[in-house]
Amino acid sequence: MVNWIWLFFIVISVVVAAINGKMDMVTQAAFDGAKSGVTVSFGLISIMVFWLGMMRIAEDAGLLTKLARLLRPLVRWLFPDIPKDHPAIGYIMSNLSANLFGLGNAATPMGIKAMQELQKLNPDKDTATPAMCTLLALNTSSITIVPTTLIAIRMNYGSANPAEIIGTTLAATIVATAAAILADRWYRSRSQPPPITPRPPLTKPSGGGEVV
Amino acid sequence: MYELFTKLSSWMIPAIIVFIPLYAAMRRRIPVYETFVEGAKDGFGTAISIIPPLVGMMVAISMFRASGAMDLMLSAVKPAFDWMGIPSEVLPLGILRPLTGAGSLAFTADLIGTYGPDSMIGRIASTIQGSTDTTLYVLTVYFGAIAVRRTRYALKVGLFSDIVGFFAAIAICLYIFR
Repeated sequence: MVNWIWLFFIVISVVVAAINGKMDMVTQAAFDGAKSGVTVSFGLISIMVFWLGMMRIAEDAGLLTKLARLLRPLVRWLFPDIPKDHPAIGYIMSNLSANLFGLGNAATPMGIKAMQELQKLNPDKDTATPAMCTLLALNTSSITIVPTTLIAIRMNYGSANPAEIIGTTLAATIVATAAAILADRWYRSRSQPPPITPRPPLTKPSGGGEVV
Repeated sequence: MYELFTKLSSWMIPAIIVFIPLYAAMRRRIPVYETFVEGAKDGFGTAISIIPPLVGMMVAISMFRASGAMDLMLSAVKPAFDWMGIPSEVLPLGILRPLTGAGSLAFTADLIGTYGPDSMIGRIASTIQGSTDTTLYVLTVYFGAIAVRRTRYALKVGLFSDIVGFFAAIAICLYIFR
């Protein structure tokens, strides 16, 4: 699907540009886009390096496992196929909490780290696992308690009550996240068992709370 | 309330930065600095590995906007919006939001500036912008970092929740701020 969307954007852009006589602008836009792709990635370097260093300390100190245990029932329900006490869960929880508190630049490194941990569990490295799709679903709809950037913009423009959108944003984000979880569940149940994955027999999630 | 939240979020990061190493050093006797450096090593490579997918996506989106194709798409959907009684000024946001975070933020700021932060359009735009993340960016970065090619249904789920979130934001604002 990504392939088609990508192709669609490029082909339609050139066709429309040809009709509108905007060819030069589209050429310019292509290279501007490439440049901003690199700029964004470079901007990520410092954040990634810093947070991954921090999170390694947290991981070694057992803090991630603690965080994961705290929310075990929720995790079990959302990610039934991640083995108990796997480091991926700790990173997923850190990623979700960072999102929740609007710490965008901490959320991305932790999410990426979680994906790398999930990739270790993946029998077919080219294909996304259901757990990865669930993590993506939660991140694209990202529940945020306080949309700080927007409140700042509203203040800038002299709003009488810049924070009045907290309630509506929270309600909308909950609806979007619920939709994402439901859609993810639906696709997940439809696509079982995953194609071309001769996976080793997994122990059934017992749902118990015992500590290994 | 807002004061409390901003206080809280400005304290959050420093609190985390102090707590993690302090706990690790005091309770677990972990060599914190060396562990930090060891973990931080992964960051560079990961950030660099995101460049190719991100460049690919940004090029396509940037072309799509510059060519006028997006405006065309908007004018096609506009009548349906007018019919539903939704202010069609917020429509571009519905399409921009899943594609580009910076682009939709700029557009939101523009709407807030033009119509005022306390207008219905300003409120709806703020709510849409705040309630969801940039699906295509998240997908590109997360899957790009681990070189997964077949993303299965992840994009469909992301876009579906964007659409639901978009209409939910409008409906909620029209109801609350009527």
